[in-house]
Amino acid sequence: REDRGRSPQRDFHILFVPRRSLLCEQWLKEQGVLGSFIHREQYSLDLIPFDGDLLSMEAESTFKECYLESDQTSLYHAAKGLMTLQALYGTIPQIFGKGECARHVANMMIRMKREFPGSQNSIFPVFDTLLLLDRNVDLLTPLATQLTYEGLIDEIYGIQNTYVKLPPEKFAPKKQGEGGKDLPTEPKKLQLNSAEELYAEIRDKNFNAVGSVLSKKAKIISAAFEERHHAKTVGEIKQFVSQLPHMQAARSSLANHTSIAELIKDITTSEDFFDNLTVEQEFMSGIDTDKVNNYIEDCIAQKHPLIKILRLVCLQSVCNSGLKQKVLDYYKREILQTYGYEHILTLNNLEKAGLLKPQTSGRNNYPTIRKTLRLWMDDVNEQNPNDISYVYSGYAPLSVRLAQLLARPGWRSIEEVLKMLPGPHFEERQQLPTGLQKKRQHGENRVTLVFFLGGVTYAEIAALRFLSQMEDGGTEYVIATTKLINGTSWIKSLMEKLEPAPF
Amino acid sequence: LKESKRAVNSLRDIVDDDDDDLERVSWSGEPVGSISWSIKETASSSTSSLEGRDSSLQKGSSSYAAFPKQVSSYSLSSLFKGRNKLPSFQSLSDALSDTGVKNYAPELRRPKAEYKDYSSDWSPKDTVRRMQRGKVCSLERFRSLQHKLVLLDEAVAGHDGNVITAVLIFLKRTLRREILFRELEVRQVALCHLIHFLKETGEQKLLLDLLRFLDRTEEVALSQYREHLNIQDVEKRREFLKGCIGLPFSAEDTSHIQDHFTLLERQIIIEANDRHLETAGQSEIFRKYPRKASILNMPLVTTLFYSCFYHYTEAEGTFSSPTNLKKTFKIPDKQYVLTALAARAKLRAWDDVDALFTTKNWLGYTKKKAPIGFHRVVEILQRNNAPVQVLQEYVRLVEDVETRLNLATKYKCHDVVIETYRDLKDRIQLTAYKCKVERGSAEEEKINSILSN
Repeated sequence: REDRGRSPQRDFHILFVPRRSLLCEQWLKEQGVLGSFIHREQYSLDLIPFDGDLLSMEAESTFKECYLESDQTSLYHAAKGLMTLQALYGTIPQIFGKGECARHVANMMIRMKREFPGSQNSIFPVFDTLLLLDRNVDLLTPLATQLTYEGLIDEIYGIQNTYVKLPPEKFAPKKQGEGGKDLPTEPKKLQLNSAEELYAEIRDKNFNAVGSVLSKKAKIISAAFEERHHAKTVGEIKQFVSQLPHMQAARSSLANHTSIAELIKDITTSEDFFDNLTVEQEFMSGIDTDKVNNYIEDCIAQKHPLIKILRLVCLQSVCNSGLKQKVLDYYKREILQTYGYEHILTLNNLEKAGLLKPQTSGRNNYPTIRKTLRLWMDDVNEQNPNDISYVYSGYAPLSVRLAQLLARPGWRSIEEVLKMLPGPHFEERQQLPTGLQKKRQHGENRVTLVFFLGGVTYAEIAALRFLSQMEDGGTEYVIATTKLINGTSWIKSLMEKLEPAPF
Repeated sequence: LKESKRAVNSLRDIVDDDDDDLERVSWSGEPVGSISWSIKETASSSTSSLEGRDSSLQKGSSSYAAFPKQVSSYSLSSLFKGRNKLPSFQSLSDALSDTGVKNYAPELRRPKAEYKDYSSDWSPKDTVRRMQRGKVCSLERFRSLQHKLVLLDEAVAGHDGNVITAVLIFLKRTLRREILFRELEVRQVALCHLIHFLKETGEQKLLLDLLRFLDRTEEVALSQYREHLNIQDVEKRREFLKGCIGLPFSAEDTSHIQDHFTLLERQIIIEANDRHLETAGQSEIFRKYPRKASILNMPLVTTLFYSCFYHYTEAEGTFSSPTNLKKTFKIPDKQYVLTALAARAKLRAWDDVDALFTTKNWLGYTKKKAPIGFHRVVEILQRNNAPVQVLQEYVRLVEDVETRLNLATKYKCHDVVIETYRDLKDRIQLTAYKCKVERGSAEEEKINSILSN
């Protein structure tokens, strides 16, 4: 309104991304300014490609809406996104799923296909299988601290739309004889994706294996630069010079990642990180999940950040199929007394989401699930992993295990365990026009699209990529999700906003 | 990306009728007296449907333009000439031709496709479909309760949240509350949508009424409690919290809410008192350590720390004494000791620290005990730069030998190291430790004398 008064010649347009919202328009109308916009449009973004094998809707409130508000609107958009995907890459013949939301999305997809027969196309299907997974089938994985290189960057610094902002000190170019006066104060912004060769190589490795890759790379690059002394003929010099940009890019890439690795190492070698990880691993391997944990108590007493506390108590609760009432009450009391009573609202949300709740049936299912699906592997090899459990140095993400077992030998073998996990599991088939039914050649991999409804972590992505490149693994994976998350951002989205709303 | 963009655009032609025109859903025929007037006029004559278009192009004021129907018996065209005039009650025979469109909306040209499939009688199903595609639909023609419910059910079946919300807004406006509640009670999905909508728009009163109707008492309680965050004035907030106590929370939550109220009440008293003390300038502690922030709305443990800092010696009877807080809020020993320790250590009141851990046993001997490990005590003391002599006392009390040695070595509590190695009868380590002490110091002498025995 103010703007309008100042410059009456200005035209105002509004572009809703990814979609218009009636609530927004309603509010604008109430403010009396809805009419001031000449164009009101929406630019629909459903699935956004983040990398060659990764798509995300970046809808951060999906988990909260689906599990706290019982509002499944974002699933509708997920289904639409999948329809668009099928229009581009062919109808997906097989749909598997586990969870209420998965069931809902599959139903919508089938119905949408029925209602728009014109969308039947003649594209050879790229995907053989679609696997829809509810986040609440596996509440454990996002709570644990990720231990892959990319996972740790996200945990510590937060990756936003493939960009990360880092403390600038280590990235200042080293100039001879200059004091520390000219240190940059702006955080260093870096883009992280597979277009960067070195990053693609180290992103999914366990952090402990990154160092050796970097040092090998350093040797190779140094040797390459040394070549300049050996170039004698004009031809050789010319060749060297033409390689120079590539070598310089490689060198700068190495410098960046060496700095990042140093920053991460400072954190991972700290006592607090070690203590935290120890407790996480105890819980995940089933140790002492039924009593109040000393480390958690100490952290509350020292007033560590609330989200850290919440991740740990939720982890304990999930690994115990809910906490004993006495233990739960004890934690709640300590949290409320230390951080403030208003957090009752957040604790309530966490209970509703199934993350921090009392044990209802008196039975703890987690040990059975853990043993049957082999979620805890003692003999993990971080350098040369042979199993997906390397991404958490011992814990195999449950969601990825389900995907792994679906491919081989199939879910029939784990019927009992599947029943212990929330939500229905199902299989659907979509008809392909004859002639498009593909017979995979011998040795050719099947392609499975795994869609995480409610969020996915980088560690899970790394685990799926690990499965893709396994020798005779048989399946390649493409990952889609409603949002890329880590434990902190995920819990944050479930916390009650405590400041009064701006309007 | 370019390829997929091209493909997606070509896809739209298949799936959707219109491409890039304005997509709006209007759900109100509200202030436009003439439209609803004309609805009443037409209701008796036919069941034809009307399309109202919300095209507000002007500054502030809304003008409505509708488009002529091509098929039905009459057309309702825009009755509003000019930009800033009020709606005029003109005859319906106005602007029957297409060309009339340009007069009312000269800046916009609507593609013909917009009213291509303009039919007179959309079923609820079709209406929902059109709304899903972002087309304009007036819902006013769904007048009977039954029609409205069918519309709602169709919207729910279509899964598009926007459409469901739009229909709910319409129903909320046109149905009596009791009827709306009753009908939603058996329609879970729509119910959840409405609750979410009311939360987002902050329509607290209606939300609470709805939750009460559904007997979701705990949610009512929590929802009401949440409101306290919007109250900035402390007194008002205190009153509000008092009112929350009787609400139907779960058993444990009730006690927490009670505590919240009691705490805020205390804080108001303490704050008023202390502010007075501070300005009077007589109290030493407030002069030496002026307060950086008010105690209002701080968590309980923070309040306890404050109390141990500024009011440690007060008798249990006063509101600001730590012991009073401990008793009122049933603060466990562990938490109390830790907090008191942190506060006294910050003030470097080592005697007070000592007193915290000294108890007299039945024989009258004093003994040091702690509900927390002594290594924690050491940690906190060290963080507050306690002198080595003080630190040493507590390192000595650490039970676990290895921890004791680690801490002693780390913080240079030589005597403790020496004594421990002596007790362990570890000559080698003791000899090795000699290099860590100053030459000619009392510690070196001590080591030598032990070694020579």
